[in-house]
Amino acid sequence: MNDMTFPKLARQDLKIVGTRPLRPDGVDKVTGRAKFGADIHVPNMLIGKVLRSPHAHARIKSIDVSRAQALRGVKAVITAADLCDLPSEFIPAGEMMVNFKDMTRNVLAREKALYEGHAVAAVAAVSEAVAAQALTLIDVQYDVLPHVMDVVEAMQDGAPLLHDDMFTIGVEPRPAKASNIAKRVEFGFGDLAAGFARADVIVEREFTTKPVHQGYIEPHACLASVSEDGQAELWCTTQGQFIVRAFCAKLLGMDVSRLRVTASEIGGGFGGKTVVYLEPLALALSRIACRPVKMTMSRTDVFRASGPTSGAKIWVKVGATRDGRITAADALLKYQAGAFQGSPVQPGAMCAFAPYDLENVRIVGFDVVVNRPKVAAYRAPGGPIAEFAVESVIDEVALGIGMDPIEFRLKNAAREGTRAPYGPKLGPIGLVQTLEAARAHAHYRAPLKANQGRGVASGFWFNIGGETCAAMNLGEDGSVAIVIGTPDIGGSRASLSMMAAEELGIPLQQVSAINGDTSSLGFNFLTGGSRVTYSSGMAVVEAARDVIRQLRERAAKIWEVTVEEVEWVEGHARLSAKGKTLSLAELARTAGKTGGPISGNAALNVTGAGPSLATHLVDVEVDPETGKVTILRYTAIQDAGKAVHPSYVEGQMQGGAVQGIGWALNEEYIYDDKGRMENAGFLDYRIPVCSDVPMIDTVIVEVPNPRHPYGVRGVGETPIVPPMAAIANALSHATGVRFTELPMSPPRVLAAIDAHRGA
Amino acid sequence: MAKQHVTTTVNGDTAEFLCETEQTLLDVLRDELFLTGSKEGCASGDCGACSVMLDGRLVCSCLVLGVEVAGRKVETIEGMASGDALHPLQQKFLEHAALQCGICTPGFLVAAKALLEKKSNPTETEVRYGLAGNLCRCTGYDKIVRAVLDAAAVMRSA
Amino acid sequence: MARLILSGPLQKLVGGHAELQIDARDVKQLLRMLSERYPALAPHLQSDAYAIAIDGEIFQDIWFAPIGPDSEVHLIPAIRGG
Repeated sequence: MNDMTFPKLARQDLKIVGTRPLRPDGVDKVTGRAKFGADIHVPNMLIGKVLRSPHAHARIKSIDVSRAQALRGVKAVITAADLCDLPSEFIPAGEMMVNFKDMTRNVLAREKALYEGHAVAAVAAVSEAVAAQALTLIDVQYDVLPHVMDVVEAMQDGAPLLHDDMFTIGVEPRPAKASNIAKRVEFGFGDLAAGFARADVIVEREFTTKPVHQGYIEPHACLASVSEDGQAELWCTTQGQFIVRAFCAKLLGMDVSRLRVTASEIGGGFGGKTVVYLEPLALALSRIACRPVKMTMSRTDVFRASGPTSGAKIWVKVGATRDGRITAADALLKYQAGAFQGSPVQPGAMCAFAPYDLENVRIVGFDVVVNRPKVAAYRAPGGPIAEFAVESVIDEVALGIGMDPIEFRLKNAAREGTRAPYGPKLGPIGLVQTLEAARAHAHYRAPLKANQGRGVASGFWFNIGGETCAAMNLGEDGSVAIVIGTPDIGGSRASLSMMAAEELGIPLQQVSAINGDTSSLGFNFLTGGSRVTYSSGMAVVEAARDVIRQLRERAAKIWEVTVEEVEWVEGHARLSAKGKTLSLAELARTAGKTGGPISGNAALNVTGAGPSLATHLVDVEVDPETGKVTILRYTAIQDAGKAVHPSYVEGQMQGGAVQGIGWALNEEYIYDDKGRMENAGFLDYRIPVCSDVPMIDTVIVEVPNPRHPYGVRGVGETPIVPPMAAIANALSHATGVRFTELPMSPPRVLAAIDAHRGA
Repeated sequence: MAKQHVTTTVNGDTAEFLCETEQTLLDVLRDELFLTGSKEGCASGDCGACSVMLDGRLVCSCLVLGVEVAGRKVETIEGMASGDALHPLQQKFLEHAALQCGICTPGFLVAAKALLEKKSNPTETEVRYGLAGNLCRCTGYDKIVRAVLDAAAVMRSA
Repeated sequence: MARLILSGPLQKLVGGHAELQIDARDVKQLLRMLSERYPALAPHLQSDAYAIAIDGEIFQDIWFAPIGPDSEVHLIPAIRGG
């Protein structure tokens, strides 16, 4: 059933939603019992390993696997020939429009190796040691080609060409020559020239960001088992078991119904586990060997061969009048897609200026391929990069007209009814509330000393809904078992159980939630887009209301009254007229006799997700002798609509802020002149450690999303959008230097300070 | 080459296994003893997800060879609770929501226990530096530090 | 009549119009009508992931989302998230 008009919950007296109970899966996680992707061992298991290209760009002339196949203990060897070659078209797979020609080539290279680390062949053998030896026996003949790593260089005439069938989409007329520019996008409205002409202050800057990895601590891992009749089971760490099923079925030429995918617990994803890498390989190997094949990625392979997010060049120009109104805003985004098209330049372009109410705005974006791993989603994909640039320029404009940065944002803040730069009018949003909370916060008045500075930045992310199912089954003892289809990355089983218990009016302990495999439910879109608490929550609530309807019908039968006379109050069916009640447990016990087991279902394509807006405050101190930046104070303020479990909302805000701190101050991919990554490990690709950051103070603002029964908005992604600009702004106020390149690592900061001193 | 036969003590119980010389203690714990609570995040000693105690000393089990633990004492996350009683650190991690995905949690708990054994009343800074060898990407460390400080207080008053 | 408002690049494909009057009761009808009337637009509707915003609410891949007689409709790229 897909009811577009969702009945609203008008209750103010929430008993469970908004509290902080212990999460139901918690004990398994603090005892080491919980099973993540690599925590599986089955009898007769083989170990799979991948051979990867040592070259950033090369034509593959031949691959000879005969010596590997002959090695004792090797049970299967595959190359691209063992996967389906698929034409270049965007077709629906699950809910995504995916280019399978690119996907099959990313998973195993065909004509060319397009980045160092690109998978070229794979083996399955009886042990890790035999598999490793087998890889050394595979002979690949490469024709090494010139490579290109930089987005601006890749866009130029004469740059090494990655795909000879890439003709820029979004340019009229269609270019006659192939290039590395996959797509051009444009959004906006109004009259830019007139807007800039009216401005008293115009700031124009160009910014550079580097690719950064999502940095999940758990590498990719899976176990595939294909039977002699072609039926298959797959266990993997993923953000979406149904998406994995869709992709693998396509790549292997299988029916979706013959592949059962179970999602393990997931050790971090942040968008990086919404695609497949090892899974189709493990299935293809298992299909040949007819034995289970386990594959895990090493950390170096995670860095060399799984998607970071784009590096980019961003140009921003903003004009404002002296009284503080922005009159025009213009941006040009050039994002790296990695070896195949699909950078997040579109969403980046759409949310770049979204926090602001503008009359004249334009954003142009380019999606550009380079010889790097194919980019994957990373928490609010595209948004942090664009807003780093925009929020830095906004800060400079405010400075230019002598206005406080929060006041300036308040004067231009998007509100309900504001036309977003990408077209539609926004519904109710909480940006103003976060700005006011920032202004009122003690952090904003904390005194600053020499070499210290304060920065402010705001951020926007859309949040999504999507296809979502839930099943709610009443046990014969009245306990409630919920099956959902979206992996739990951050504690969602707790929030979903809480919403179910709230709806049913029963104690939380009576509810348990599991993430089902692909056989157990209808299609679920993946965990991402900050959608689970919102969408799976919607589905759980609807399933609960379905159950309540059935419970009232059973009570009506028992009492021989009409169902309209029966209410559901605090876990009981109630016939007020006669003072009779029946508990959920009593009705469950007699379910067989009154009509059969009671089971509620929801299968929705959820809409109405509301954007989440945030404002971050940060104080930094710079060491003028080393360029080291210390974060003194950090406050993250965000609109959650309704915080179902405040601890987990706070956790999203803190985690996203610290990822942003790493992105701002240290993280980047470093390549040698042959296009090979030099820092493919956690020592030299250094993400923030415990001693790098202070406590992250959080303020949850609640501007309810009217489309959700509890007012919920997704919160997971917005927190990573403001930090880089907030820190860049703080650094700028501390040093007098405007930083336009990420990361603002000590050598860069020191060089900038020295140059400024010398100037 | 024939595998090595190793006898050791894990979480108070005698454990025996066969392993290749090049297998690390982490490999052995996970793939020979099926104690998968210790995790591989990097295999190079940079992330701490594989933290265990070896003869009472905190180590990254990916930097120790399986054959090195013959006759010695290994303690992993699986030995932290006693029966159905969670260790105060485990309890506080749950109460403070100090975990989101949970992959780094076993390593943090083992490292935090080692820290509190050496320093029963650490400051926030001492906790942060004491746990700097454990990476977390989900939580931003705030709630982890609070949980450890709270557990330390509980353990001091016990 | 409901109005479809188009961004810059798409305007060129519909003869330069920034706004079209549309008489479609739901998304599926709208897409069919657009593809028939403006063949140059058709590949964009199929090859790229799109979403339709109706009166500010974004609908991704929903054929029967209703379009009211006074609705304001936008074609925007679909957002996936991470």
